[in-house]
Amino acid sequence: MLAFIIRRVLQSALVLLIVGLTAFSMFRFVGDPVDNMLGQERTAQDIERLREQLGLDQSFPVQYYKFLSEAAQGNFGVSYRQGRPVAEILLERAPATLELAAVSGLLAIALGIAFGVFTAIRRNGFLANFIMSASLIGVSLPTFLIGILLIYVFSVELGWLPSFGRGETVQIGFWSTGLLTASGLKALILPSITLGLYQMTLIMRLVRSEMLEVLRQDYIRFARARGLRDRAINFRHALKNTMVPVITVIGLQVGAIIAFAIITETVFQWPGVGLLFINAVQFVDIPVMAAYLMLISVMFVGINLIVDILYFFIDPRLRVDRAGGH
Amino acid sequence: MKLTMATMLGALLISTAAPISAETLRWARSGDALTLDPHAQNEGPTHTIRHQMYEPLIIRDISGAFEPALATDWAPKAGDPTVWVFNLRQGVKFHDGADFTSEDVVFSFERAKQPNSDMKELIGSITEVRAVGEYSVEIVTDGPNPILPSNLTNLFMMDKGWTEANNTVNVQDFEGGEITFATTNVNGTGPYVLSNREPDVKTVMTRNEAYWGRDQFPLEVSEIVYTPIQNAATRVAAMLSGEIDFLQDMPVQDLERVNAVDGLVVKQAPQNRVIFFGMNQGAADIEGDNVDGANPLADVRVRKAMSMAINRDAIRQVVMRGQSAPAGMIAPPFVNGWTAEMDAESSTDIEGAKALMAEAGYGDGFSIRLDCPNDRYVNDEGICQAAVGMLGQIGVKVNLDAKPKAQHFPLITDGKTDFYMLGWGVPTYDSEYVFNFLVHSRESDIGTWNGTGFADADLDGMIKSLASNTDLDARNADIAKIWRVVQDEQLYIPIHHQVLNWGMSEKVGIEVDAEDQPKVKYFTMSK
Repeated sequence: MLAFIIRRVLQSALVLLIVGLTAFSMFRFVGDPVDNMLGQERTAQDIERLREQLGLDQSFPVQYYKFLSEAAQGNFGVSYRQGRPVAEILLERAPATLELAAVSGLLAIALGIAFGVFTAIRRNGFLANFIMSASLIGVSLPTFLIGILLIYVFSVELGWLPSFGRGETVQIGFWSTGLLTASGLKALILPSITLGLYQMTLIMRLVRSEMLEVLRQDYIRFARARGLRDRAINFRHALKNTMVPVITVIGLQVGAIIAFAIITETVFQWPGVGLLFINAVQFVDIPVMAAYLMLISVMFVGINLIVDILYFFIDPRLRVDRAGGH
Repeated sequence: MKLTMATMLGALLISTAAPISAETLRWARSGDALTLDPHAQNEGPTHTIRHQMYEPLIIRDISGAFEPALATDWAPKAGDPTVWVFNLRQGVKFHDGADFTSEDVVFSFERAKQPNSDMKELIGSITEVRAVGEYSVEIVTDGPNPILPSNLTNLFMMDKGWTEANNTVNVQDFEGGEITFATTNVNGTGPYVLSNREPDVKTVMTRNEAYWGRDQFPLEVSEIVYTPIQNAATRVAAMLSGEIDFLQDMPVQDLERVNAVDGLVVKQAPQNRVIFFGMNQGAADIEGDNVDGANPLADVRVRKAMSMAINRDAIRQVVMRGQSAPAGMIAPPFVNGWTAEMDAESSTDIEGAKALMAEAGYGDGFSIRLDCPNDRYVNDEGICQAAVGMLGQIGVKVNLDAKPKAQHFPLITDGKTDFYMLGWGVPTYDSEYVFNFLVHSRESDIGTWNGTGFADADLDGMIKSLASNTDLDARNADIAKIWRVVQDEQLYIPIHHQVLNWGMSEKVGIEVDAEDQPKVKYFTMSK
């Protein structure tokens, strides 16, 4: 198992390097940061001086090497737009995104599995069919549209929930949380539904189809023949065996939730890292873009690694296989 | 369990209608201030936030006219046109209680002239600022500078003692990522005091009860809560749902929607920004066209014909939904040198334009690339699309290339475009500013935005002499002469003046100011 993990870590490092290279080679197409940083009164000398100061006059491999060596020491540079260290800004923005991702992730997993099991067991029921049809909305509507629709209904028309922001937050150490105030919780509702809806429907459809598959298996039939209670069959035997693919997908989706929070955060003016990234793209804030993309890829790679390791514990066959020397 | 969840949710929903004091102004726009250091960035939204807490010697009121702020009066020194004398307001205190005196003015100017300062270009002509008594200063320039006061309306005054005590004498090195005390703390003389700020999230300011103008201005807003909201639809939704009292950067397509809601109003005023196309007439041959060995744009008849092909009323009605004023010159109406006659000089005449094209030898037309931003001006890409169709009528086949502003503007400053859109605002309210950047031939520190390749040594000399001409009548005559050349040469194709829209709740009383710089001390709030 150790060899397996080491191999995966090395592979992951390679993936990170390639992501960084790709990201860096694309920055030059985003535009010229210097133009945004200096006002319209700037002179040619100002532009040259700033370019030199930022190291933008150097070649692309040199810039990439500098970024990597600095990043390896935990220094992501200084935001062109805010004039503050990128690491500090990311740390300040991370709690908002993580809380939003956690709430929508939990929502998606809990409701997704519950609905998935329900629609699998009551395959021909009216309610199950209704849920299946309704879930098409979650899969097919783009996130920003769902967000705008929710804002329109619950903020503009009904006036129940706030249309933007995080509400009141409480500072605990470096962590700012919106989970402890009423306005913070209220502000979470619409964004977390928007962000989690797609994942919820995805998980639900996956659980349902896996579950249907498993329920057709011989051992389930034998279990029924033995007279086991439905509950034990459905949840102890069937659900447990549907979980391997489901966990893979959930793992990847956790990454997706954080990464794709960009759109939800923009729609709801949620002060997280996704909004920060969008600002950075518009302003050509290269240090922020680079740090964000690297962090996201570290996260995806890390999640994949964890998911791989989790397989070992959930599926005993994998352990036997590996021990067998494959 | 189910019941408790439901009750909790119910309780949550009911408590949404939190009581909010009628005197709190909840204000939103698309972006946030970049820093609070008064001299570190010369940028609109950043100045707007500073204006609530810091003050310059002179400000512009809602109509754009000078209004005394920390200076009570100012005039060139008798007998010496290179010196301006400013008399300061007495009895003014900074937020921490320190007195405002000439020492602070001298200090602030010196600070604004530091290399890291972003304001240094605006006051580049100042060689010395000296105190002559506790409430009077003399500003010395390197030559007579008749329009110096126009450059001081965003130059904020800091307290020397506070700045020194907090080790923030040097302007924040913004590009170097420096954070200083002044980046996050404010000690100004202004009508509002900073109480809380999270960059890009929220800035809260409370009324300065000791403000010198407490009885002079309405100052009815006791607390300002400023929130940047980037997404245009969310911004409007926040206004519609009553979470915002005052909104800048209103999307044109939502004006009617907001206006139709009870309790909300949208107010308009012409903005200090004109939109136009530039054409590279200087090159012998241009790249983006299909004519070999010649530059069609070098012929003034072609430039005139292209201007005549643009139907500005159609753009106003269709693209801008009425939110623009067709322009005939590239200066906004507030600017010294603007005339109604010149601003009416562009007319649409397709037949005439075709005749001019034929006369110039381009009766069959030519093709050219138009570079256009898509995230800088109101409906910028839409305007360009409309222009493509209009120019097509006289045989000019335009290939539109619309890009984000970060990619568009370097094309102009690096001379990589032959036909481009640009917008221009004039913070000094004087034509010299337009000439310096857009008409003077391109050199390293002047004519930087002149992408037309136009160069006329005589005109350059005239433009340079404007800076030190103290005879205002003669100066204005020169300005008129220069404009005549710009118009006759059809240096640019003016399109329109932008219109500014502010959305507000009915209880907020304020008129739109042309610079898009709301100063909350002028706001009234009915309860």
